[in-house]
Amino acid sequence: MTDSAIEVVDVSKRFRVYREKPTSLKQRLLSGRTRAEDFWALTDVSFEVAQGGTLGLIGHNGSGKTTMLKVVAGILRPTKGIVRERGRIAGLLELGAGFHPELTGRENVYLNASFLGLSRAETDRVYDEIVAFAELQEFMDTAVKFYSSGMLVRLGFAVAVHVEPEIILIDEVLAVGDEAFQARCIDKVRSFQREGRTIVFVTHALDQVRSLCDNAVMLDHGRVHVTGSPDDVVREMRLTILHNDLEFAREEGSKEVEIVGVELLRAGSPLSGAIPSGETLTIQVDVRAIDPVEDPVVSFALHDATNAFVFGYDTSNGGLALGTLRGSRRIRFDVGPIPVTGGKYWLTLGVHSRDNARVYHVQDERYSFDVQQADGHRNQLTFPVTAEMETL
Amino acid sequence: MTDVTERTSEPPRLRVGVRLRELAGYREILWNLVRKELKVKYTASVLGAVWSLLNPVVFLVVFSFVSRMLGGAVYPYAPFLLAGLLAWNLFNVSVLNGAQSVISNANLVKKVYFPREILPLATVGVGLVDFVLQSAVFFIFLILFGYGFQLDVVWLYPFAFVDLLLFSVALTMFVSALNVRYRDVQHLIGLALLVWFWLTPIVYPIGRVYDKLSRSTNSLAKAVWYVYLANPMTWVVNGFQKALFHPSDPNVTPPPLAPFTAEQLGVALSIGAVILLVFVYLGWRLYFSMSGDFAEEL
Repeated sequence: MTDSAIEVVDVSKRFRVYREKPTSLKQRLLSGRTRAEDFWALTDVSFEVAQGGTLGLIGHNGSGKTTMLKVVAGILRPTKGIVRERGRIAGLLELGAGFHPELTGRENVYLNASFLGLSRAETDRVYDEIVAFAELQEFMDTAVKFYSSGMLVRLGFAVAVHVEPEIILIDEVLAVGDEAFQARCIDKVRSFQREGRTIVFVTHALDQVRSLCDNAVMLDHGRVHVTGSPDDVVREMRLTILHNDLEFAREEGSKEVEIVGVELLRAGSPLSGAIPSGETLTIQVDVRAIDPVEDPVVSFALHDATNAFVFGYDTSNGGLALGTLRGSRRIRFDVGPIPVTGGKYWLTLGVHSRDNARVYHVQDERYSFDVQQADGHRNQLTFPVTAEMETL
Repeated sequence: MTDVTERTSEPPRLRVGVRLRELAGYREILWNLVRKELKVKYTASVLGAVWSLLNPVVFLVVFSFVSRMLGGAVYPYAPFLLAGLLAWNLFNVSVLNGAQSVISNANLVKKVYFPREILPLATVGVGLVDFVLQSAVFFIFLILFGYGFQLDVVWLYPFAFVDLLLFSVALTMFVSALNVRYRDVQHLIGLALLVWFWLTPIVYPIGRVYDKLSRSTNSLAKAVWYVYLANPMTWVVNGFQKALFHPSDPNVTPPPLAPFTAEQLGVALSIGAVILLVFVYLGWRLYFSMSGDFAEEL
């Protein structure tokens, strides 16, 4: 018996995807069941949330975050696996769930609160606070169909933050409202934490994960990609964001000069594995121009795993003039000794006119390489240093 | 230590006691949903719930007038009709709206956890509120116009009422669960209720059917009579009519509510209640096992 508030053990969730969902008997009889396709939204997901802990659930769109939250909330049933929960749960998957446009603000508060598990008496107690939090004192007896969308969101959130369950599930609802309102929401989450409530929240705002959570899980295609401290998970998330971009790497340009081939070399042979810092990396770029192009410039830029710019260089820096380019040319940059710390680096390549007015071809962070910190060194930048000694 | 909730892939088995306790914990939602439906129904109307009360009043006026003008029935037709009709209305509205109850609350079902049984129960609840209001009007009519209540039959009323409620809940559970997967159900049940209405002795007294079928020498007709009696609503409606319609004035001919005495009906309705309880359980079990997938199917 552990003391975790939520235990998710090997949970998988299958959805049946109907190409054309047969919702009538006739359709079902005629088409049989063969048209359903299985889609596994979650596969063997396991994690735990300690009592009073705050877990951030992150991942790309369609990674299964919301499905996971719904399984924990009891809205969906797992296809395999077990979810164990200790304590009353309130799922804030949607603000103002059950709001009815014809009812007044007051009536909707009571309705919505009951869905979040508050009894009438409990709602009575916090009603004034809710109204004050939403700043809608004058509008509580107005039907909510006359509310602006901002007012609705505020009212929905005000109710949501006044629930008092042991476990709170939040699905990206922190991303609403203006900045001041958001700040108050974050405050409220912190006070939940102080009160020892367990929180699971799904978000795209990685900074919030870092500042609010004490644990994080990253889902990728329904599987746990990485789990651990928020810093680690967020870093991994950033990395895969970069990585996934590769498949639809941004390319642009008029293609008058085209990048037709790129190779990363180490000591003359193709780079395999990581390159130790201190060694020289060769970036070899093959370009081709069908029609003559006057004085193009080939450039490259490096970004690190957190997408921070590290270094940029172009042929004009080194005084290399390409002249009138026609046909195929190979340009080679010898980069080294590499002074950077270990990690993954992303390479952007471009061909443009000298004044940057014309962009012929850019491949944005299309290539990557790993740098390995030389043994025995701490993870640090390598500055070229020469030391001398003289007798005084 | 707080309770541990486990959610697994197993389609949950319905444990009545546990589930009832859980439902009790969420009863607030039930009241709120009923309240919401009623509010929404009468919102932006000046008279509000008065419309609901007006319904039986108009019925009583029109049918009193018509039956007197036409002189068709020898018994006072309006109170006879209303005794059965109010019961039928509760049943009809529960089942018809119940069919839609999950679908029309799709947004809730997909976004919030609560015991799904609350949705069909709320539709029955809404029907029940109208039933109570309209019955009140009807009772006032009965007193004002001298029909009154007779102690020797009015005890039947709660028996009929319990059966009505059980049957409404059971069928609403079945229909609302099945309609999520097969939207045909709502159309089917609409038609079925239309036919059902005429197969139930509401606008005509059951004695007529009895005369035609049971006393017939034709064995087929006798068989049809038993089929006719297999309809729970026949017993329910007959129970209401018997309980309420009992003219004290010896000059007033009662409608032919034969062949059963009040005592016989009481026994039948009690046995019926047991059977209907089983029916409620089956409907509940079906609903319960299907409700886990509602959020996906919508």
